[in-house]
Amino acid sequence: MNFDYTDDQKFLKGEARKFLDARCTPAIVRGVLDHADRSYDEGLWKAVAEMGWLGAAIPEAHGGLGLGRIELCAIAEELGRVVAPIPFASTVYFVAEAVMLAGAEQQKSWVLPKIAAGELIGCFATAEGPGAVTPQSIRCEVKGGKLYGTKIPVTDGDCAHVAVVLANENGKPGLYFVNLGEGGVTRETLTTLDPTRGVAKLTFDGAGAWPLGPPGEGFTLMEQVFDRAAVYLAFEQVGGADRALEMAKSYALERYAFGRPIGGYQAIKHKLADMYVKNELARSNAYYGAWALATDAGELPLAASAARVAASDAFWFAAKENIQTHGGMGFTWEVDAHLYYRRSKQLGLVAGGAKVWKERLVSQLERRNAA
Amino acid sequence: MDFNDSPDEAAYRAEVRTWLDANAARRKDTAWTDEEDSSSMAASKAWQAKKAAAGYAQITWPKAWGGPGGTPIQQVIFNQEEANYDTPPNPFQIGLGMCVPTVMTFADDATKQRFVTPALKGEEIWCQLFSEPAGGSDVAAARTRAVKDGDEWVINGQKVWTTGAQFSDFGIVLVRTNVETPKHKGLTMFWLDMKSPGVEVKPIHQMSGGSGFNEVYFTDVRVKDSQRLGAVDDGWKVALVTLMNERLAVGGSTGAQYGDILKLAREVMGAAGPALKDDGFREKLAEWFVQTEGLKLTRFRTMTALSRGQTPGPESSIGKVIAAKQMQDLANEAVEMEDQYGILWDEGASPLKAAFQNSLMFAPGLRIAGGTDEILKNIIAERVLGLPGDIRVDKDVAFKDAPTGR
Ligand SMILES: Cc1cc2nc3c(=O)[nH]c(=O)nc-3n(C[C@H](O)[C@H](O)[C@H](O)COP(=O)(O)OP(=O)(O)OC[C@H]3O[C@@H](n4cnc5c(N)ncnc54)[C@H](O)[C@@H]3O)c2cc1C
Repeated sequence: MNFDYTDDQKFLKGEARKFLDARCTPAIVRGVLDHADRSYDEGLWKAVAEMGWLGAAIPEAHGGLGLGRIELCAIAEELGRVVAPIPFASTVYFVAEAVMLAGAEQQKSWVLPKIAAGELIGCFATAEGPGAVTPQSIRCEVKGGKLYGTKIPVTDGDCAHVAVVLANENGKPGLYFVNLGEGGVTRETLTTLDPTRGVAKLTFDGAGAWPLGPPGEGFTLMEQVFDRAAVYLAFEQVGGADRALEMAKSYALERYAFGRPIGGYQAIKHKLADMYVKNELARSNAYYGAWALATDAGELPLAASAARVAASDAFWFAAKENIQTHGGMGFTWEVDAHLYYRRSKQLGLVAGGAKVWKERLVSQLERRNAA
Repeated sequence: MDFNDSPDEAAYRAEVRTWLDANAARRKDTAWTDEEDSSSMAASKAWQAKKAAAGYAQITWPKAWGGPGGTPIQQVIFNQEEANYDTPPNPFQIGLGMCVPTVMTFADDATKQRFVTPALKGEEIWCQLFSEPAGGSDVAAARTRAVKDGDEWVINGQKVWTTGAQFSDFGIVLVRTNVETPKHKGLTMFWLDMKSPGVEVKPIHQMSGGSGFNEVYFTDVRVKDSQRLGAVDDGWKVALVTLMNERLAVGGSTGAQYGDILKLAREVMGAAGPALKDDGFREKLAEWFVQTEGLKLTRFRTMTALSRGQTPGPESSIGKVIAAKQMQDLANEAVEMEDQYGILWDEGASPLKAAFQNSLMFAPGLRIAGGTDEILKNIIAERVLGLPGDIRVDKDVAFKDAPTGR
């Protein structure tokens, strides 16, 4: 058993932290937050591409670094820590993984090198309205190679070049690859709880659609993509949750009330201890998910669900209680605590909310017990 | 014990309904926002004036002060009925619920004559200038200094988180008049004209987007000794009256309610079927109902105590602990129920005009405003249950020697 990053992975993570501390400062994040017309930080996106991170898990044959998935998890943790305002998750965890999972060789050799080089932003479009995405919620339709219908909300749909879309063809769900630069696509930018990430409504009226993976398998493929993304997202959540705890701890040490540091009061101590416990459990579950992902283990659906459930809860808790620890300061725009509160909901919802994953977790358990 | 209206109460309720029907529109949506801005101010003032003229403002206030001299139960009935109508935001709560009652308790007759009626009619707005950068929970650590100069006092310092200061005509301000005594024994309270030279109000941008509260700076602000409320260095006693009234004024359920999430759950599908059929959700819904109704009924008990002439004690602190946490949990559950779509915060696209997203972003403030969750639980433990307090290092030392962070 080896349940930790290797020395090389730790080195990579340390370098990523140094790089992001310098390049993804709060001013960079707030540049996107404060400008409704900015979907992401272009300078940071370019710099991240130059580091090779977009292709960290893409094989060398397809233009990536071929480092591996655990390395990408390490990078994800660092991106989450600084609430990076870039379309990394959509492009790398969703679209690149979807293409690696289900794409034909031609699709792989077209998409993956461009992603690795930072030339292509992707988005993953599944939801069409309030509520869980299920086989019954799909209204988008492909007829004669053309896509019709509306996807809302689509994270990074405002800036993406390509989309992977869940749609029905002949009454059966499939995943389709759509070039958003061509005709038949309208985008409308939407306001969200986390303006550091872009979100759009995409309307398709006869946009060209190329099947990604076998037709009729779309829903299962989507779940498999979500499993993979869930593991990476869990690392971002753990990174964010740890940072929120650090912020709360340092404020609890320096802020005085009634002549003592507030960290000396048990109400605050227990709050921070609860954060720590949740964060550590989330980290362990995320490691298990990373292992299952990297080894393509059969447990991936269960491990990914566990990672996501634990990490979503830990980040939400740490983010809201960090605000509470800061008192009135925590409720201001000026203090960074709300950036984490916002991001905790963004990450917690983008691959489906906690209920969906708890359901998936338990149905995996049922299946395992029945077998 | 009787939960039905008595014949008198039923008649009063009918009268209130008739008046509301004639003067306001019934509420269709349960949309909820916390925003109060200059554009809604005129409407708020007009509504308050109407209520005052009809005898529905501060129903328990005596006739001598422009109130109708009604009972606490009548006030409850009016509030219940008014909640069913579309009315403008209420920027008078801090003034009428906290500041003016403090003035009524401590000021001389001339001052009361001057201020009570205009406040009641919504003509003048008040703010509460207590919290400072150095202390919100520990409000007795106030550092803003007042120094006597003849018949006047000169105030220098800074207040923070002052709700509504940007709209306010007057305020009550807690200042330090003695640094040689322990902190509770060197404070004095004044009322103050917010237009006085040297008062500067700077809005604070809050995380939910708006700027409901402010920093207020004092530079050589002069107030007359006759503006003093209570004795010199005895301001803590005055502040406690304000804070006790605060606990009565705040603490009802707020934001999106269990009825709203029930409505959402009827329309939305979960991963394993209709959201409303989900057992986990049904359990939570039952708990929210019990909390909301429990709070409402607890307030009735408080009102009953009031109507018998008893003073409600610190037990009214439970209201906000429950209401603020529920606001955050319920909003989060709703946003999760909307699934990916929950990230949208758009009054056009989000269900119930984004009431859940608005609540989610305001709830962190409610958990802090008017006493944090932690402080309110300390009050319940120490003042209601009589458990020993934390060891205090600042109580018996001169204010100037008490330990501080920065
Ligand atoms: C929306 C809003 C409106 C407000 N409006 C007004 C207003 O109109 N007028 C006004 O005067 N003030 C107002 N306030 C200020 C409010 O009363 C204070 O923010 C609050 O009392 C907390 O004080 P603080 O911000 O200094 O935080 P701190 O007191 O520094 O608290 C920081 C953290 O320490 C905890 N803590 C502190 N002491 C203890 C203890 N003994 N035991 C355990 N935990 C402890 C707190 O619970 C909190 O989690 C408002 C605040 C908000 C958010």
